[in-house]
Amino acid sequence: MGGGDEPVTVELGLFSLILALAVASVTFVVPAIGVRRNNPQLMSVAVSGTLTLFALVATSFGVLIRSHLVSDFSVRNVWENSHSLMPLIYKFSGVWGNHEGSMMLWLLILTLFSALVAAFSRNLPDDLRANVLSIQALIATAFLFFILFTSNPFLRIFPVPGEGQDLNPILQDFGLAIHPPLLYLGYVGFSVCFSFAVAALISGRIDAAWALWVRPWALLAWLFLTAGIAMGSYWAYYELGWGGWWFWDPVENASFMPWLAGTALLHSALVMEKREALKIWTVLLSILTFSLSLLGTFLVRSGVLTSVHAFATDPTRGIFILAILAFFVGGSLALFAFRAPLLRAGGLFSPISREGALVFNNLILTVATGTVLTGTLYPLVLETLTGDKISVGPPFFNMTFGVLMIPLLLAVPFGPMLSWKRGDLKAAGERLMVAAALALVLAAGFIYYHSRGPVLAGLAIALAFFLMFGAASDLWFRSGFGRMPLARAWPRFVGLPRSAFGTALAHFGLGVTVLGIVAVSLYETEAVLEMAPGMSVDAGGYTVTFDGITPVRGANYVDERGTFLITRDGRPVTESFSAKRVYLASNMPTTEAGISTFGLSQLYVSLGDERADGAWVVRVWWKPFILCIWLGGVAMALGGVVSLTDRRLRVGAPERSRKRRMDATAHAGAAE
Amino acid sequence: MNRKQKRLTVIAGGVGFIAVAVLLVLFALSRSVSYFYMPSDLAEKPVGEGTRIRLGGLVEVGSIKRVENSNVLFTVTDGAGAVEVRYAGILPDLFREGQGVVTEGRFGRDGAFHADTVLAKHDENYMPKEVADRLKEDGVWEGETSQ
Repeated sequence: MGGGDEPVTVELGLFSLILALAVASVTFVVPAIGVRRNNPQLMSVAVSGTLTLFALVATSFGVLIRSHLVSDFSVRNVWENSHSLMPLIYKFSGVWGNHEGSMMLWLLILTLFSALVAAFSRNLPDDLRANVLSIQALIATAFLFFILFTSNPFLRIFPVPGEGQDLNPILQDFGLAIHPPLLYLGYVGFSVCFSFAVAALISGRIDAAWALWVRPWALLAWLFLTAGIAMGSYWAYYELGWGGWWFWDPVENASFMPWLAGTALLHSALVMEKREALKIWTVLLSILTFSLSLLGTFLVRSGVLTSVHAFATDPTRGIFILAILAFFVGGSLALFAFRAPLLRAGGLFSPISREGALVFNNLILTVATGTVLTGTLYPLVLETLTGDKISVGPPFFNMTFGVLMIPLLLAVPFGPMLSWKRGDLKAAGERLMVAAALALVLAAGFIYYHSRGPVLAGLAIALAFFLMFGAASDLWFRSGFGRMPLARAWPRFVGLPRSAFGTALAHFGLGVTVLGIVAVSLYETEAVLEMAPGMSVDAGGYTVTFDGITPVRGANYVDERGTFLITRDGRPVTESFSAKRVYLASNMPTTEAGISTFGLSQLYVSLGDERADGAWVVRVWWKPFILCIWLGGVAMALGGVVSLTDRRLRVGAPERSRKRRMDATAHAGAAE
Repeated sequence: MNRKQKRLTVIAGGVGFIAVAVLLVLFALSRSVSYFYMPSDLAEKPVGEGTRIRLGGLVEVGSIKRVENSNVLFTVTDGAGAVEVRYAGILPDLFREGQGVVTEGRFGRDGAFHADTVLAKHDENYMPKEVADRLKEDGVWEGETSQ
């Protein structure tokens, strides 16, 4: 491998990016003028411009990928973040394992979503579509400026170095290959909801159809964000070797806040779609969700935080993103303040009703988002104002966020049981009796099995099961099982709308996640001890015996690998390997945890320092039901997928109607 | 209930809920926030035993002592002061003599600082932000040296 063999291709990346800036500006300005003058030809520029913009950014991104894959060290970004010995998959994922590349990914996903809107929303009114795409293009313009002026990934260096500086070893992991793209598909995806909200404010028109158009995009972004957060949590758990799965680190909060607000948005858009109520609130929530995404981008990308994720150290970047943040958040909120009074308030409902339950959901989720925001920003604000350096850790979030979640979780099974407009809490309660009883019995069994735990622990476990059984009861009663013969109930069950299955699956997943969190918090065991070869320690009913250290050589690292024999009642079960790994290029040490899975629980072995006489410090955790935490997340995301296939929201439906229209009229500018 | 009453109920409920949340946040901030200290700060203004703090500085060269039962003793210094830290557990991969470190814990009855968390992050010349800022102010450390 060597650098600079085909110097032209790298410049192609830069030129596409510059051209993309020009196209983005045109796509912002021309359709906006078109809407003002009511000129369909100018408005149609939105579609062709958006598709061209995506093609240009994709080309540029492709060039960057190629430079990384062929280890072209004449490109500064490749030299700084890659190494010729790195396995191909990490050369690939290393493209976004650094500041410039990750901003490129951000932009690529933004333009991808714009292109999807352009391609699949041809049944939208022309002016709405033009406005939405124009705002998307404005966001793209801002970020193109940012990339070109502060974070150009195509800078060259001369003389060309012979070898790269390697990618940060903890980022050399399969998790990194998928975690950032999923996360960005999530929080950049909310830009579409933002653009729809701003477009609605500009036109001053908003109705149930608006919610119908926005909800699939919110759902799509939300399900990716859910998967991305679950993935990131699992990655931190197995890669960092600390055994923790959530640290309330500001970087984690940066993606969690848009998730909370996005979850609220999904639910409020439902009310708006069905009942035309909560219009103004839904518009505001769309703006807030993407604002939190931008805030997250600022926190992670500006380097104001110290954390593994903060690659950026250049303050001009921070100020630039802060300006983008201020412009979009300030601008959209100002627009909201001026235009929201024009939107007419919607339908009436009693506090005890499906709408009421969804308002309750929104109230708690937004207040909870506020507490996370406070905990995340308070140290930054305090340090700026007084110079005091403080840290806000998990106890703060448990005391605030944790407490606020309890009423929400209790209410979740009731929500879908209440009818629109006016619900009957007593009837819903009666229907949930069986679920509650089953949950209590299972929780009692759980406590008995673990033979310890306070009453509160039992209630927390029961709450988790209540969520799961509550979700199942909803489907049960909707199909009429128990009320009518099986032969009649079954077809009703099969015929339920997909969104009902999606809701039930997501709520069930929430219960699974809660079960995992509660079980790990209550029943986790941890032992830190010095182990000489041959020594054993008990954890979770298994015996872990240290079998000594062997050196192992990998592609670009050397391991000192500890072997641990795991036995149960004297019979061998499996082996676990935990290593101290040193990466050759950077001479950086990392810990590779040994994780053995037993059902839903895991045995986590982490190797520490070497002590005298061949003994090593070893940390052994028993993590009961820990897999539930992430499996629940997967179930929630799948719930999103199932809902998305609902007939009313099907992304393909507008596509078919577009085809019909394409047959009827020749579409000039849109043809690609 | 008419429209006005319904709206009032909802608003009252919402405001009440937000008030509870604000109280929770204030309570939690007064209880569970830990301040950052350097060893010389502690010499000037000692912290009572049992108060949770973050202590940062450099790991003094030659001070790391590994004692019984996976316990580790080391000294955190900032040039002007020094505090001995006792920690049971696995030290981070990049914990080194002469490197920056942030520990979190409490002073015990014995006068020693008992850390339950030791942070030294994943970057070869990583300096925890708080430590770097202060050491630069005091002129003990010049900033990133290599590269």
